[in-house]
Amino acid sequence: MKYRVKYRIGLSKFSEVIISLFAFIIALPLIAIIFYVLKVGLSKLSWHFFTNIPKPVGELGGGIANALVGSLLIVLIAAVIAVPIGILCGIYLSENKNSKISYYSRLAVDILQGVPSIVIGIVIYFWLVKPLGTFSALSGSVALAIMMLPIIIRSTEETLKLIPDSLKEAGLALGLPYHKVILKIIVPCGFSGILSGVILAVARVAGETAPLLFTAFGNPYITANILKPMQSLPLLIFNYATSPYDEWHDLAWGASTVLLIWVLLLNIITKLIARRWKVQL
Amino acid sequence: MESAFKRTLIITAIVMIIVALGVFLTLLLESLPSIKSLGIKYLWGRTWDPVSNEYGALPFLIGTVLTSFLALIISIPFSYAIAIFLGEYRTKGWIPEFLKNIVELVAAVPSVIYGFWALIVLVPMVRSLETKLGVPPYGVGIFSASLVLAIMIIPYAASLGRELIKLVPSALKEGAFSLGATRFEVLRHVILPYTRSGLLAGLLLSLGRALGETMAVTMVIGNTSVLPKSIFAPGNTMASVIANEFTEADRTVYLSALIELGLVLFIVTVIINIIGKAIIKRFSPE
Repeated sequence: MKYRVKYRIGLSKFSEVIISLFAFIIALPLIAIIFYVLKVGLSKLSWHFFTNIPKPVGELGGGIANALVGSLLIVLIAAVIAVPIGILCGIYLSENKNSKISYYSRLAVDILQGVPSIVIGIVIYFWLVKPLGTFSALSGSVALAIMMLPIIIRSTEETLKLIPDSLKEAGLALGLPYHKVILKIIVPCGFSGILSGVILAVARVAGETAPLLFTAFGNPYITANILKPMQSLPLLIFNYATSPYDEWHDLAWGASTVLLIWVLLLNIITKLIARRWKVQL
Repeated sequence: MESAFKRTLIITAIVMIIVALGVFLTLLLESLPSIKSLGIKYLWGRTWDPVSNEYGALPFLIGTVLTSFLALIISIPFSYAIAIFLGEYRTKGWIPEFLKNIVELVAAVPSVIYGFWALIVLVPMVRSLETKLGVPPYGVGIFSASLVLAIMIIPYAASLGRELIKLVPSALKEGAFSLGATRFEVLRHVILPYTRSGLLAGLLLSLGRALGETMAVTMVIGNTSVLPKSIFAPGNTMASVIANEFTEADRTVYLSALIELGLVLFIVTVIINIIGKAIIKRFSPE
């Protein structure tokens, strides 16, 4: 009897140690990846790196200005498209929980959230690139916007669901029209949740490469014309990382570091907002 | 104003339905030429040779299934360990808080950066392993791709698992403890049975992610369109072959055969996601 108890306690202790060990063994390489990228990439950063475009192979120097400008523009336009539609759709879903349209709309959001990003790229190629006759930054933005929508809609819906009905009823009882109740009471109450959803969505798509391959395509020069091909950070990293030249690898490391810091910062900001206002994401 | 506002809300909800339907219809429509001319045997054709106009998707189907399942198998012990550690063993304090934040940050790293890291750091490691094992030392290949994929899905699977384990009612656990069960026995006979269907759904959702992951896989899988002979051989997945050949496809059938791969990918991931989410939804309390 005594041995049996000892065995059970021993087994319990043993399994706890093993499980904890596994949890930390894998955490180490995960941290190591981030530090490796930062270690290699930070030394490549300089003022020159941010203000110049890539040089041809064989010439020293060169930077990622084209990709920086491109990434910012593409993501900005994607956000301009996705944020209003996403928030309005989220409001509709939280206001009409059981209508038929909400059911199918929710299903559509679920489907879009699971679609591999490369498939979105293919579809936008046929929606925008082929009709316009050229790869363009705009088509890249639309592809990214479609990827942002599910995240924004979900976070808006979940946030607004938590706001007590009494607030809305009080507004309506005072004679406010419906749209004012929504826009002036409900949305401001859930503002932090919606905002963190938007930032999270931006962080998610800022590093996306696959949907840009057949849409924004990439461009070795700086351009602000959204109807022409445009470079972006993830595209630049992909193209230069898979090239055989060391100078281009250096550029790709620098760009990776910039992208990594950008994405991680956005994620940390989301977390801080979520913690500050106790948002459930 | 009042009705205009309501109408705008409804329109945005309908827009989402149209976009999702549009994605499916576009893929279907654009892959019609290949469906018509190649038929169903496209799916088990063994050769993919655009030069001689032969299109068989089997190498990519096999490549996708191999990499995804291998990645899933490698990731399971680690993601469950993290989930159990954070959900049950240590729920408070700075160590679990630190681990949780690390896992969440790592989940945010763009896949192209994982791919780059794998290409420079992981591939040489795999190559020396292959030399030791006496197999052709390509470095790049199915095995390397599976490793990167595993690293990429661990954070996702772990956070899903942690949420599920936290949902186990404490009354159940306390009951077992009060009967004299050890921690391991509570885990084995209360927590795991209670969360079984949810953990299965977590696996499904992770699989859905792995199937569609493009960039990291494309960078380390070696991109050869022949049937992989072993897990160390280079290969291609559905997503990686699309990424590589889509802009080069010069004939209608070629392009359309690639899009049909996208269609297959779309249908499979949609089914997996809907089943996975339905299970999770049933599981979580409203």
